[in-house]
Amino acid sequence: MSRQLHGRVVSRLALFTVAMFGFGFALVPLYDVICDVTGLNGRTADEPADQETYVIDESRAVTVEFVALENGYADWEFRPAVTRMTVVPGKAYHTTFFARNRKTEAKVAQAVPSVAPGRAARHFNKTECFCFTRQEFQPGEGRDMPLVFVLDPRLPSDVSTVTLSYTFFELQDTPVAVNNGVQKSGGEGV
Amino acid sequence: MSTDAIAHDDHHDEPAKGLMRWVTTTNHKDIGTLYLLFSLLMFFVGGAMALVIRAELFQPGLQLVDPHFFNQMTTMHALVMIFGAVMPAFVGLANWLIPMMIGAPDMALPRLNNWSFWIMPFAFTLLLATLFMDGGAPASGWTIYPPLSLQTGDAFPFLIFAIHFMGISSVMGSINIIATILNMRAPGMSLMKMPLFVWTWLITAYLLIAVMPVLAGAVTMLLTDKFFATSFFNAAGGGDPVMFQHIFWFFGHPEVYILILPAFGIISQIIPTFSRKPLFGYASMVYATASIAFLSFIVWAHHMFTVGMPLAGELFFMYATSLIAVPTGVKVFNWVATMWKGAITFETPMLFALAFVVLFTIGGFSGLMLAMAPADFQYHDTYFVVAHFHYVLVPGAIFAIMAAVYYWLPKWTGHMIDESLGRKHFWLSVIGVNILFFPQHFLGLAGMPRRIPDYALQFAEFNALSSIGAFIFGLSQLMFLWIVIKTIRGGQQASDQVWEGAKGLEWTLPSPPPYHTFETAPEIK
Amino acid sequence: MSLKQLSRRFGVLAGGGLLMSSSSAWAELGLNMTRGVTSISREAYDLHMLILWICVLIGVAVFGVMFYSMYHHRKSRGAVPAQFHESTTVEIVWTVVPMLILIGMAIPATRALIAMEDTSNADMTITVTGYQWKWKYDYLDEDISFFSTSSTPRAQILNDAEKGEHYLLEVDNPVVVPVGKKIRFLTTAADVIHAWWVPDLGWKRDAIPGFINESWATIEEPGIYRGQCAELCGKDHGFMPVVVVAKTEEDYQAWVSDQKASAGAAAASADREWTLAELMSKGESVYGTACAACHQPSGEGMGDMFPALKGSPVTTAGPVEEHIATVLKGRTGTAMAAFAAQLDDVDLAAVVTYTRNAWGNDTGQLVQPTQIKSLR
Repeated sequence: MSRQLHGRVVSRLALFTVAMFGFGFALVPLYDVICDVTGLNGRTADEPADQETYVIDESRAVTVEFVALENGYADWEFRPAVTRMTVVPGKAYHTTFFARNRKTEAKVAQAVPSVAPGRAARHFNKTECFCFTRQEFQPGEGRDMPLVFVLDPRLPSDVSTVTLSYTFFELQDTPVAVNNGVQKSGGEGV
Repeated sequence: MSTDAIAHDDHHDEPAKGLMRWVTTTNHKDIGTLYLLFSLLMFFVGGAMALVIRAELFQPGLQLVDPHFFNQMTTMHALVMIFGAVMPAFVGLANWLIPMMIGAPDMALPRLNNWSFWIMPFAFTLLLATLFMDGGAPASGWTIYPPLSLQTGDAFPFLIFAIHFMGISSVMGSINIIATILNMRAPGMSLMKMPLFVWTWLITAYLLIAVMPVLAGAVTMLLTDKFFATSFFNAAGGGDPVMFQHIFWFFGHPEVYILILPAFGIISQIIPTFSRKPLFGYASMVYATASIAFLSFIVWAHHMFTVGMPLAGELFFMYATSLIAVPTGVKVFNWVATMWKGAITFETPMLFALAFVVLFTIGGFSGLMLAMAPADFQYHDTYFVVAHFHYVLVPGAIFAIMAAVYYWLPKWTGHMIDESLGRKHFWLSVIGVNILFFPQHFLGLAGMPRRIPDYALQFAEFNALSSIGAFIFGLSQLMFLWIVIKTIRGGQQASDQVWEGAKGLEWTLPSPPPYHTFETAPEIK
Repeated sequence: MSLKQLSRRFGVLAGGGLLMSSSSAWAELGLNMTRGVTSISREAYDLHMLILWICVLIGVAVFGVMFYSMYHHRKSRGAVPAQFHESTTVEIVWTVVPMLILIGMAIPATRALIAMEDTSNADMTITVTGYQWKWKYDYLDEDISFFSTSSTPRAQILNDAEKGEHYLLEVDNPVVVPVGKKIRFLTTAADVIHAWWVPDLGWKRDAIPGFINESWATIEEPGIYRGQCAELCGKDHGFMPVVVVAKTEEDYQAWVSDQKASAGAAAASADREWTLAELMSKGESVYGTACAACHQPSGEGMGDMFPALKGSPVTTAGPVEEHIATVLKGRTGTAMAAFAAQLDDVDLAAVVTYTRNAWGNDTGQLVQPTQIKSLR
């Protein structure tokens, strides 16, 4: 009876399996789209925003906080020039972050931005940012890095404080090296 | 319908002798036995790991193992129990029972069936071998969240490949089950006449095919992140570690139902038998199972309420999750209504089934509490969660598997089980499991995080109590092993029907059934 | 914990079980979720209790019917099975009623959730960064920043000493906050995912490398509130406690100026020349908190994992620069951690000097804070 019947069911299910394997990967771009729309992970755009002209409401003031973080331990000195700014949505502001390579070898780093609350992320437009490119540092080199941003006036009206953080990730040949020795060495005590 | 053609094509009339019988077998009964024995072995391996965990937690301070090894134990215990004990046990039951329940001579694809089993020992050799590797076994929890899981030592690629092999095995097994159920039912066995065990497995098989490939994709991305410099989950390269959690739980939540739906099926077979009354609300049972399966795809983020989601997301996942209580409640009500005005007897399978209904429901209640996001901010990642999922998995899934073994073992072997030993095993298990897991609710509420090898002093009493329960429960499972062996070797001859109230095609066959059954399809009235 | 203690505590457990009224025993055992000290923690507690009681009621009803049936409809009592197997009315009722109960639960849950997610108009912001295995706190407005590490002695963990009252829930530098102020916590991490949790505050929040998460708390009563990391973060996940000290506004301000004064003093002292005696005395205390757990107070180490410093080539004959580099950056593939972020220049100079001169290592060499600064 059923050779053909089985063949049909099996090939359909096999196709479905392959499709679901693909779907797992399709979740990656899908996730990015959802994040862009909802601010799910607080990530801002990684390329310059278009210059837009906004209707400016001078009476509205939003506090922007800057936080500088380092992934890993003390290889970098990294801090914002100011920790806090009061801004009017729709106007462009300029500030800087300072970074210095504490090591005796040249290093490449990538600053990864994150905004809290997440729903403010898509309204945080950066026209110029050191996070758009990799930053190379000579041994001991320190420099100020520029950031120009505009808060979109469409920012939800109940948001009065927005925090922008940058985490400095050192780029290496191998993607993961943070504390790699710790688990490999296994059996040590506390 | 000419079943003869297949029968003669795919297997011999009598089993081959010796070891090669088991290696080359394509007989659904043999393969079912292999799956069940493999699962039993893994149950003891995973159980030994659990006892290491509970022994370390018996008192505060570090006594037996170092923290890194403790983490390996929690991780491996979960992987072995989920993928090695519970899932293969259900597949073994499906192999034994589905063809007999729907009046088919064998599974649709006997050779594929052989392969899907024999991949499993291979996958678990890979997985267990990691215990002896540099850096030890995986220690990042069974959820293998990056970046922590990327710190795993040499074990990492072995873990990933083991998961791939388990996935391939599950998917092949599921395709086989679906093909069998859709194509090989005896004439007259319409879908809505199928026993509920068959129904729950049909839905489970679809779930497996839908989500195991997604897990395979997620772990493949982990692999390339670690070895080929991709940045799926690496923030430095534009990725997001939280995305792994979303993909993982998109697999993980349906996986939870993969571990419980066949158990619902088993309980829905056993309770009517010993109540001597037909199952109440058959159709609503089928619809409830289907809606649980559907809902399982849209609730995954309740495992991640604390990662920082937008309010709208938290609300959506909270509402969707609590909705699952409705079809699950329908099932429980149906079981109780089945017993209502029946003529109930309490043989061992029924005892386990009754304990399942009560204790699984307690696990369901704590699940409902966990669904409430504001309270979950306190419950999350504490022993309250540990208590919750162990209640649904141990007196839930595992009690159902044991009930099934006690229920069908006389059919498989032709020997009745030793009823008095079975009852002793039941009472030890049910007392042990509650001493083991009930105090963990209190530990979690009082603030003890999960996955820690040592704890503050206010958690000492309940941890000691829980450990005592663990040893009672763990050691009483040796009794289960003994009862199974004893029943295989001999015992009172079982009749065809075995249990007075048993209904269904498998009970029309002799006990034990001949090597090949239903080579001519039975008539369904 | 001794067996005697354990049996005493079991006595409490048994007593508590017998006398439900013995509320102090229940409190000591910690049976239930804490009510906490913030509006959020009370919302969580109230919701928890509401749903718990709903579940208990449903449980009593369902199991009641079930046990009634198990007793009265036994075959041994001569029960004759009925043959009904469906009832549309009943099935609709037990689908609709749970739906209504769920809606009843969703209303307070939604209200609580909205309140919890409202981080607007905070009075101050503290960044919490998770490390393997410690926390770092940065006060955004005050320029205060420090690490917070478990201070439970290793001997207690290994059962070589009596465990203290706050075993595993104590730190060297607690995070100090004022009461009555809305504090915004930004959580993030520097290596793997952690989760910052103080039950009395009513929530936990994941700390994710590269991302910041926000939560808030307004603590109502001064006190010391203890919690732990709640997300598996590797080997010492169980050993990274959180301690929050809530102070009145005046006490908090005093603490802030104290911190600034000592930070100023530290900066000044890092630039001057130190004497050997000064460094040795400072070094001994730094060694006690940062090194002695593994290398032992006697400098004799413990097994192969934690080598002896007494008479070791690194601390005696070897070049000072290499010794400093080991302490600063740690050693890959061993248990030796990097201390660059945790200890300041003076601490590091003192502890290196101490280990090169204590326990008969008498090299006579002394390391100045300025030297550490140049080697960072």
